[in-house]
Amino acid sequence: MNILKVLLDKSWQHPTAAATAAQYSGPDAQAAARVMLRFILAIVGVIFFLFIITFLSRSQYPDFEALAGPPWQPFTNASRLWFNTGLLACASVAIQWGLSGTRAGKLNVTVAGISAAVFFTVLFLIAQFDLWLHLQSMGFYMNGNPANSYFYLLTAIHGLHLMGGLLVLCNVVFRVWYDNDLKTLAAPLQLCTTYWHFLLGVWLVLFALLTSRPDTINALAALCGF
Amino acid sequence: MQHVAIADQPDHLHDPQTFITKYVYSQDHKVIAIQYGVTAIFVGLVALCLSAVMRLQLGFPNTFDFIDPSNYLQFVTMHGMIMVIYLLTALLLGGFGNYLIPLMVGARDMVFPFMNMLSYWAYLLSVIVLLASFFVPGGPTGAGWTLYPPQAILPGTPGYDWGIILMLSSLAIFIIAFTMGGLNYVTTVLQARTHGMTLMRMPLTIWGIFTATVLGLLAFPALLVSAIMMMLDKTLGTSFFMPALVSMGESLDYSGGSPVLFQHLFWFFGHPEVYIVALPAFGMVSDVLATHARKNIFGYRMMVWAIVGIGGLSFFVWAHHMYVSGMDPAFGFFFATTTLIIAVPTAIKVYNWVLTLYRGNIHLTVPMLFAIGFIFTFTHGGLTGLFLGNVVIDLPLSDTYFVVAHFHMVMGVSPIMVLFAALYHWYPLITGKMFNQRLGKIHFWFTFLGTYAIYLPMHYLGFLGVPRRYFAMGSTDFIPESAQSLNASITISALIVGLSQLLFLYNMVSSLRNGKPAGLNPWGATSLEWQTPHAPPRHGNWGPVVPTVYRWAYDYSVPGAELDFIPQNHPVSAAEQTAGDHGEGKS
Repeated sequence: MNILKVLLDKSWQHPTAAATAAQYSGPDAQAAARVMLRFILAIVGVIFFLFIITFLSRSQYPDFEALAGPPWQPFTNASRLWFNTGLLACASVAIQWGLSGTRAGKLNVTVAGISAAVFFTVLFLIAQFDLWLHLQSMGFYMNGNPANSYFYLLTAIHGLHLMGGLLVLCNVVFRVWYDNDLKTLAAPLQLCTTYWHFLLGVWLVLFALLTSRPDTINALAALCGF
Repeated sequence: MQHVAIADQPDHLHDPQTFITKYVYSQDHKVIAIQYGVTAIFVGLVALCLSAVMRLQLGFPNTFDFIDPSNYLQFVTMHGMIMVIYLLTALLLGGFGNYLIPLMVGARDMVFPFMNMLSYWAYLLSVIVLLASFFVPGGPTGAGWTLYPPQAILPGTPGYDWGIILMLSSLAIFIIAFTMGGLNYVTTVLQARTHGMTLMRMPLTIWGIFTATVLGLLAFPALLVSAIMMMLDKTLGTSFFMPALVSMGESLDYSGGSPVLFQHLFWFFGHPEVYIVALPAFGMVSDVLATHARKNIFGYRMMVWAIVGIGGLSFFVWAHHMYVSGMDPAFGFFFATTTLIIAVPTAIKVYNWVLTLYRGNIHLTVPMLFAIGFIFTFTHGGLTGLFLGNVVIDLPLSDTYFVVAHFHMVMGVSPIMVLFAALYHWYPLITGKMFNQRLGKIHFWFTFLGTYAIYLPMHYLGFLGVPRRYFAMGSTDFIPESAQSLNASITISALIVGLSQLLFLYNMVSSLRNGKPAGLNPWGATSLEWQTPHAPPRHGNWGPVVPTVYRWAYDYSVPGAELDFIPQNHPVSAAEQTAGDHGEGKS
């Protein structure tokens, strides 16, 4: 739809002839759900964008100590975060695999794909929580430094969005199980898949930001005018 | 193609029968709208009472023992927050958005009715959490509706403990509620319009609500982000916004946070919020004016562009609320410029409303009176906005009663005038009854004249330098004693205006029982909501067949037409067809 063309329409000039009054049977559920997902992604995107902007702004105050860089900082060696990232990437791949199975009408692939996606996602959440405990044991408490605060905050918000996604995915799966019709699964599963990929993308941005060295963070902040 | 199962099948057309399914577990947009409306008006009345108490203190200081400086600030805060968020946003979008969107676009309901229902119950929860803060130790927060840190969460500010936590929690719940509702509104407008209802055939009400909802969906996250971060500063001792400071002689554990960062986040939400409230009002008043002037809206396309333009620009003006925060003068210049640019589409709208009235067949009904009243109050408030948008004028006027007068005129009184216009205009549709016109007119004159009696003098208080949010002025050299007389006069006016709202409430309630049946389309309106087979519309809105739209929403007083209005679902006549074929489009 060309929005410019729409906005230029002189609607007062063209009453439609009766002959074009076609049968109308209500809105398209799939299209509606797609539109809603786009808005949800925009909202989630804005939330993380704003957190990131405040992160960059706050990073320019003298008490901010980035979590990577000097050898004593926890993410100078980010191997645990790489592992967690791998788990979330596996979840994304698995749900995509499940979707391809659904489209091909293969029940086994669908079940395996969705199960693996849920498994890897839950594992990611557990691994993130374990990382919290690990950081705490190292003395990096939430109120110790703004960089710590942002790590806990951003991972928590990201985790909450994943949990929300899991709830929706479970609802979709149970509804399909109840209806016993694989065909109706493809559209909602496509939306879930998009959401998973989006959250993987968000996580990659957060991962890059949280493991950035002070020089990189300062450069980004300078780019934003802070 | 799979379709949304919203009352599109005949077996869904039956009304819910039990009390629970009809009023508690209702997924009908009309019931949800009324639930939103009643809750918002109730909580708005609470805020009105708070303002009456504030005015008593200001008009007659040292008279009322039950008002002390602490609870005065709490009343100020709760009054502001309730009016802006829990009344105006909720009533305009949750109430009118819910009621009018499906009806005006020819849908049977919202596209996600269950989520719509959840939206209301979450909103109700947010109201309960907010009002609960009146009953917790320390009472509600007294930090001002802007909730600026560091004072909002430090001892010395009333409600710095429980009050602020409940406020932030309530806001977070409200945002979740709004998001669930807002996703429904935008998706319904984009996806559930009936056949023939192109975007540029939508009434301006829908354009206003739609654009405001998009603004809300993108702006409320800023409030959510700031609320979450301040909550963590308060509860877990983080230092997002809290600088190193000494409080009550004691050094606190906070270090290095930025209070100005909060201000940026807050106003990145706060300014679009002005338009979240204003745009639906702009839309609704356009429809009321056109209907009661029996004339097509002047410059429909320009009105749509102005709504969209204002919506877009509203994200680039936020820092004009922060001129006194010590910002770089270049920033001040930038934000003053964008602020003045936004006046252009806004002025276009005002001119178009006036030109719609010009040579119209004006019917001075109650909704029309309120709509015309809105043009006055909005122009007035808008012009003082031009003063405050300029840095050099804003600096001396900042935090004075001039600001109070400005924002009350532009985003307090003006949307309220439209709300009254809308409530009176759509009351016959919502209830099927006609209200008492005489009472409505008395209500209008008390409200309209009373508004000026309250806010016009406040501008002069502002020029004198009388500061806002002060419990009492004490003996201040630069404030003459006559200022106190003015304050007493304002208080008396405010109490009269407040009491006159009882006329409105009485009218609404008594007309439910005693009002004459309104019939199907008492105003002779063209838009779809008035073309339902029943008034009030039943579950599913349209009976067995949804309407088809043939024309735009403003075919009033069309030359040669049988009546002075042609409904949107009225098929094209042979004469119109011939005129169209010869390229003689209507003007």
